[in-house]
Amino acid sequence: MAKIVGSITTSHVPAIGRALAGKLQDDPYWKPFFDGFPPVHAWLEKVKPDVAVVLYNDHGLNFFLDKMPTFAVGAAPQYHNADEGWGIPTLPPYQGDPALSWQLIEDLVAREFDITTCQEMLVDHAFSLPLKLLWPASESCPVRTVPVCINTVQYPLPSARRCYKLGKAIGEAIAGWDDDLRVVIIGTGGLSHQLDGERAGFINKDFDLAFMESLIADPEWATQFSMEELVEKTGTQGVELLMWLAARAALPGAVRKVHANYHIPISNTAAGLMVIETVA
Amino acid sequence: MATRQKREIPGTSIFDGELAQKGYALNKMCFSFNSADNRAEFQRDEAAYCRKFGLNDEQETAIRTRNVLGLLAAGGNVYYLAKFAGILGLDVQDLGAAQTGMTKEAFKAMLVAAGK
Repeated sequence: MAKIVGSITTSHVPAIGRALAGKLQDDPYWKPFFDGFPPVHAWLEKVKPDVAVVLYNDHGLNFFLDKMPTFAVGAAPQYHNADEGWGIPTLPPYQGDPALSWQLIEDLVAREFDITTCQEMLVDHAFSLPLKLLWPASESCPVRTVPVCINTVQYPLPSARRCYKLGKAIGEAIAGWDDDLRVVIIGTGGLSHQLDGERAGFINKDFDLAFMESLIADPEWATQFSMEELVEKTGTQGVELLMWLAARAALPGAVRKVHANYHIPISNTAAGLMVIETVA
Repeated sequence: MATRQKREIPGTSIFDGELAQKGYALNKMCFSFNSADNRAEFQRDEAAYCRKFGLNDEQETAIRTRNVLGLLAAGGNVYYLAKFAGILGLDVQDLGAAQTGMTKEAFKAMLVAAGK
């Protein structure tokens, strides 16, 4: 039986890529953000995952408006990062695990999630940067990966409730894998931020902190909100909290917070980081 | 034709089917900027590159005048427009300042204040 060791949720802003490339971890602007990560590294050393299921949103690298899947699951032996148009350094490829991907795909479709399967899939900063933040010392990512992409580009987006259910289904599917694997769920994005429009720069600290707290004891709290309400409360890109919600929902039973960090701002974003594990 | 009531959020637009159709050519051009060769081709002759993707006058004008709010109104999606901004060497804080009418310093100060 595969075991989910826990969930890690983190922001994924492109500027992190420039900060990593420029080795700005101790720069006063960046230090409060990067200081959140050493406890996560220690936790990963302890729980030793073999595989990461990474919930993220594509920003126009792999998917365009010609075909926009609501949920897409990678099924490739390897995933490549690529030029996104603004010159952040490209990171080395990621090992996939097609057998696990197909198990997940079969389980999700059986659970009535009509996903898109991707035997080729470019992964953008929302996938690559969190993995680099979690395993900074390795040249390439040391765990195998299964990417799960959620549409946050073109409305209608899947609702918070739907993403919660997706996460729950992913958790149940993994628990049924007949394999002695240790799996970490990673959800990337958020928290509150808005890049576009006259309201650009919008951040909502009160909501973010309430949301982070809700993930421990009341994880369905955010599912009460419609997508428009979430945009209003968290900004146009704050809806990336969908990935946090799904990553949390993948954990069965009661959970505890291992670690959390929250800092405003990095770039235009309220940066959040959380590690949650199931109470044994 | 049936229409749905849209929720109004000040200073914010929802990139729905209507905008996705309206902005298709513009977004497709910006999507092409993932490739360095395409970025170079655009920079060699912007007008020709816009024509190649079939931009309408509103979109072409917004590209030519670097008008971020105009690009959004013409159906541009921020995830693709960010690639155009990359060509211009602008980051998301430059875009934020341009859209809010603030200086970049004032925009950055507003972000910092949001954390207090």
